[in-house]
Amino acid sequence: MRSIRAAATGAVILSLALAASACGGGSSTGGGSNDSPEELTYWASNQGASIEIDKKVLQPELDKFEKQTGIKVKLEVVPWSDLLNRILTATTSGQGPDVLNIGNTWSASLQATGALLPWDAKNFDRIGGKDRFVESALGSTGVEGQDPAAVPLYSMAYALYYNKQMFADAGIDGPPATWDELVAAGKKLSKDGKWGIGVEGSNPSENIHHAFVFAKQHGADFFTADGEADFTNDGVVAAVKQYVDLMAKDKIIAPGNAEYAQNQSVSDFAKGRTGMLLWQSASANLESQGMSEDAYGIAPVPVQSGTPGAGKQVNSMVAGINLAVFKNSDNLDGATKFVKFMTSDAEQKILNTAYSSIPPVKAAQQDAAFDSPADAVLKDTLAKSAVALPQVPDESQFETAVGTAVKELFADAAAGRAVTTASVKAALTKAQQQMPKK
Amino acid sequence: MTATAPAAEAAVRKSSPGAARGPRRRPGRIRRIGLPYLLLLPALLLELLVHLVPMVIGIVMSFKELTQFYIRDWGTAPWAALDNYKVSVDFDAPVGEALLHSFLVTIAFTLLSVGLCWLIGTAAAICLQDTFRGRGLLRALFLVPYALPVYTAVITWVFMFQHDNGLVNHVLHDQLGLTDKPSFWLIGDNSFVALLTVSVWKGWPFAFLIVMAGLQNIPRELYEAAALDGAGMLQQIRRITLPSLRPVNQVLVLVLFLWTFNDFNTPYVLFGKTAPEAADLISVHIYQASFVTWNFGTGSAMSVLLLLFLLVVTGAYLVLTSRGRRAPHA
Repeated sequence: MRSIRAAATGAVILSLALAASACGGGSSTGGGSNDSPEELTYWASNQGASIEIDKKVLQPELDKFEKQTGIKVKLEVVPWSDLLNRILTATTSGQGPDVLNIGNTWSASLQATGALLPWDAKNFDRIGGKDRFVESALGSTGVEGQDPAAVPLYSMAYALYYNKQMFADAGIDGPPATWDELVAAGKKLSKDGKWGIGVEGSNPSENIHHAFVFAKQHGADFFTADGEADFTNDGVVAAVKQYVDLMAKDKIIAPGNAEYAQNQSVSDFAKGRTGMLLWQSASANLESQGMSEDAYGIAPVPVQSGTPGAGKQVNSMVAGINLAVFKNSDNLDGATKFVKFMTSDAEQKILNTAYSSIPPVKAAQQDAAFDSPADAVLKDTLAKSAVALPQVPDESQFETAVGTAVKELFADAAAGRAVTTASVKAALTKAQQQMPKK
Repeated sequence: MTATAPAAEAAVRKSSPGAARGPRRRPGRIRRIGLPYLLLLPALLLELLVHLVPMVIGIVMSFKELTQFYIRDWGTAPWAALDNYKVSVDFDAPVGEALLHSFLVTIAFTLLSVGLCWLIGTAAAICLQDTFRGRGLLRALFLVPYALPVYTAVITWVFMFQHDNGLVNHVLHDQLGLTDKPSFWLIGDNSFVALLTVSVWKGWPFAFLIVMAGLQNIPRELYEAAALDGAGMLQQIRRITLPSLRPVNQVLVLVLFLWTFNDFNTPYVLFGKTAPEAADLISVHIYQASFVTWNFGTGSAMSVLLLLFLLVVTGAYLVLTSRGRRAPHA
């Protein structure tokens, strides 16, 4: 009997000891250092058509960096679906990479964890200063009034992609500039099993990007000035309804799009099943699916009236990828050098060309490589009529809650149930109730 | 080398029976009692590391206000006392209401899924009890869903459930004309049916396997005697097969219940991070509360509540079923 008791006591003591050490969290509380100056770990987000393609794009650049500085960079390309959870896990355990890519809409949420190195004036000076970057891109690097949690790396914006042949066949003169024109064009296109425009109805992030732009065009916001969730004001309700109505009322979106979440709407567009698509940097994707560049045109996302511009005429969120440094890195100097390298004019040209995005670095953006008609639209949008998603710590929850509400509304529309102002408001009320209480 | 092997083997064989009974094989009392525990120790340690420690941490977390502001060093998160539990069980407020909804969906889903799995598995096992040509092949085929990796199997179902190009709509609508128009299976109310279909498809081979093993233990003579007494097939099943399977079924139903109730992979692969309301199973719901809404405290509290519920149900089930089994002998 004694030995049983001894074993039990030992087990309890051991479990307490383990629990205590786990509570301490070990290295996660520690600050950064320069203890291991010869190596860096870099988590890149999956930008290209596949992880292999990303490795092919990035590895030569990392080799170049190693040649210049003697610092070896260990690369891992992380798929989008895993990235946020991987970052959270790394934040909790303290066992993360030194440098990492984050979706720029997560900046404020991740900034709130306190795990990312703040980019104060001193740190910015080490990579050439804050003024090297485009204003709109800097707008999605963290909460306003605080030091940014990340540095812009690739910029993107939404544009309207349209199928030239289908437009010509339907007798439509050119790309629509307002939503009324888009609906009219869509109705002409929607026949014989073809449809006006495609959406990703089951993808919460995609939904939230469009809902946000429509809200801006209605002069509304999802958050009050002091950061409180305000999903049910009239402007937001009207905005979400207008977006879902493209399927529910105008019937220019195939009902099947309500369950799309794997970029099927891009494939539909590439195969000529839909005439229009609202997307960011679709060119590489379309080309890989066999659609040649002269088969489609690129125009700004429509507005309610007039032309895109500041104020109510917003037509895109500021999309893109930021580069962040984990505060507890044991090679802070090396990490800063790496950020400097990746945001240098030369690298910005190479990388943004490879990913068909726009450089957030002003000097690189001026390069002739970014003067194609498509890039001109995106550059113009980013400069004049794009706004960053709300930079609040709850951004991640907001994306899920409202994005899911829109997903359920699309499901209603697809099933033929009525989408009314009341039903939109009810869905948004539920979304708002899911937000954390302050 | 090979030449010496048989000789050595013979030597071992010759000496081993004597050695086992030899006087040296009488260890001290401490060693005799201690040795089994010593041998259990590695398993105990691993069990601690893999199960108990995370569980203790989870329980601690459920009493903390753990959001994105504190996850970096969660030891410093402020204590929330019972707040996380209060929020979870306040069924008039949105969080509690959604949890209750998800709980009820899960109960309905689990009862239906376990019931169907058991029914199909048992029926199939009884049908394959007698030997006939092709029985081996059928047995092997029936186990395919059980053998496939979950992700592969479920993603195939996702393709089949697609609205526009899926096989399910092609058969139901285009070929059989059972529906007026193609239905949605992965969004809206039908998602419950889709989830149940995949779960039963995935779960019944396990029931089949266990019941088939149970059937091997029933003496053939019982059936022969019953047949002589004039009992038909149905009567034989009711009076011999099912009562004899009772102990097997007791474990089978419990295991199926726990697996189905906690199943995360199937709904997650079918629907992604945010499931449709009609198919919002509790495992995904808690995942969403923790990892999508970033409220790890509330998520932990929900997990603890779920654990308590499952403990109570399992305990009650074991007491009830074992009492029923002992009753005839008492």
